[in-house]
Amino acid sequence: MYDKGKVITGLVIFVLIVTFPVWYNVRGAQHIPNPKILTKVKHCVKPLDYMRADHMKLLIDWRYEVVREGDRAKVTVDGVQYERSLVNGCMKCHVSEKKFCDQCHEYVDVNPYCWDCHIKPKETE
Amino acid sequence: MKILYPFIAVIGLIVIAFLGAEAGLSSLFGIVIPYLAIIIFLVGFIRKVVDWSKSPVPFRIPTTCGQANSLPWIKQNKIECPSTMSGVLKRMFLEIFLFRSLFRNTQADIYDGPKLRYGSSKYLWLFGLMFHYSFLVIILRHMRLFTDPMPFFIPILRFGDGFLQIGTPPIMMSDVVILTGLLLLFCRRIFLPKVRFISLPADYFPLFLIFAIASTGCLMRYFMRTDVIYIKELAVGLATFHPTIAGHISPLFYIHIFLVSSLLIYFPFSKLMHMGGIFMSPTRNLANNSRMVRHINPWNDPNLTPHSYASYEDEFREFMVEAGIPVDKELPPKAEETPAAEEKA
Repeated sequence: MYDKGKVITGLVIFVLIVTFPVWYNVRGAQHIPNPKILTKVKHCVKPLDYMRADHMKLLIDWRYEVVREGDRAKVTVDGVQYERSLVNGCMKCHVSEKKFCDQCHEYVDVNPYCWDCHIKPKETE
Repeated sequence: MKILYPFIAVIGLIVIAFLGAEAGLSSLFGIVIPYLAIIIFLVGFIRKVVDWSKSPVPFRIPTTCGQANSLPWIKQNKIECPSTMSGVLKRMFLEIFLFRSLFRNTQADIYDGPKLRYGSSKYLWLFGLMFHYSFLVIILRHMRLFTDPMPFFIPILRFGDGFLQIGTPPIMMSDVVILTGLLLLFCRRIFLPKVRFISLPADYFPLFLIFAIASTGCLMRYFMRTDVIYIKELAVGLATFHPTIAGHISPLFYIHIFLVSSLLIYFPFSKLMHMGGIFMSPTRNLANNSRMVRHINPWNDPNLTPHSYASYEDEFREFMVEAGIPVDKELPPKAEETPAAEEKA
């Protein structure tokens, strides 16, 4: 091997970069998000699987229909009426932003700009 | 054929991963193959670089891109033809970060006349920059899924990349640029006749593979979303050596991760090794200092000593004089007796 020092230094840097997640994770404890609903309601507008993957689609469609098209009709699921609204709809049951929304959003670095327009409801407790 | 076979290969990989995920082999495709792939990638990469570094570099390779260090009144081009370490570092930096030697590409055309014309050809440079930088941003941003807590640069990248705030989830500019870049690189290979002529399946395969990786990623982000929390649990698990698949993840994810694994396995054995090779290119990383430093060829036979012209002439002077070849130093006087002796005989 020629230029041993330089080649080995380069390879060590390369391996450190590739294994970044391995040694970076050692520094802190991992946690799994635990979103809390805090109310006793057991039903939602859509099934759990849909909500886990696609809730942002639902919210943005509602925004479009309600805000841009002015269609404020409520949505009825299993005989229960829901207002198509973030603060007056979703957050009636999912009351806490910190204990519900942020749990997963912070876990995967998602930063929705809801509060650019909406007024943040006060966190109780 | 050169285009069709690699295309079929990529489709085949997608089908394998889809069938595997449907058959419930999620831990094979989500855990075993990714680990295998990263091991093959690292070991293969290191072996390749070590293998390269065993080739001796007996002399400096001055490139003709710039004026070499010469007389004091001739201006040296310190980046194109450096004679010092700092010049080499500048040249390497520009090469690695801005692909400077691709910027110099030219293209020869024959047009009416017929006349030969050389023009600049910056397609590879421009599309290459688009592709490589957006790929870098995407890989760095993927660290949000592999680390918990996240490093500082993740929110910065998310802000810069998604700053147009189009749609929900917001469109990442790097996603658009990488797909455009790949498409343009592909068009370059099929629409420029000379490039098309020299393109091989090994050129198309990585293009298709990376295009498939980027498009499955975009599909998962914008169109056919799956639960990202389970994905992050798996990814962090892989990085901390406790992988678990906590819930159902869509087959699209297994296709994505299987294609990435294929890319990692393919990497050390393919032209993609230019990632390591760029650091080891002799025309880029050697200072042109042959006039200041003596470089000794490492494979010289130590038993062979230098043979100067003077000593060569000493050895063969008689024969040279006899054959009428001019010599620097004439034969000593006693040698002149020899012809006389011959006459006597």
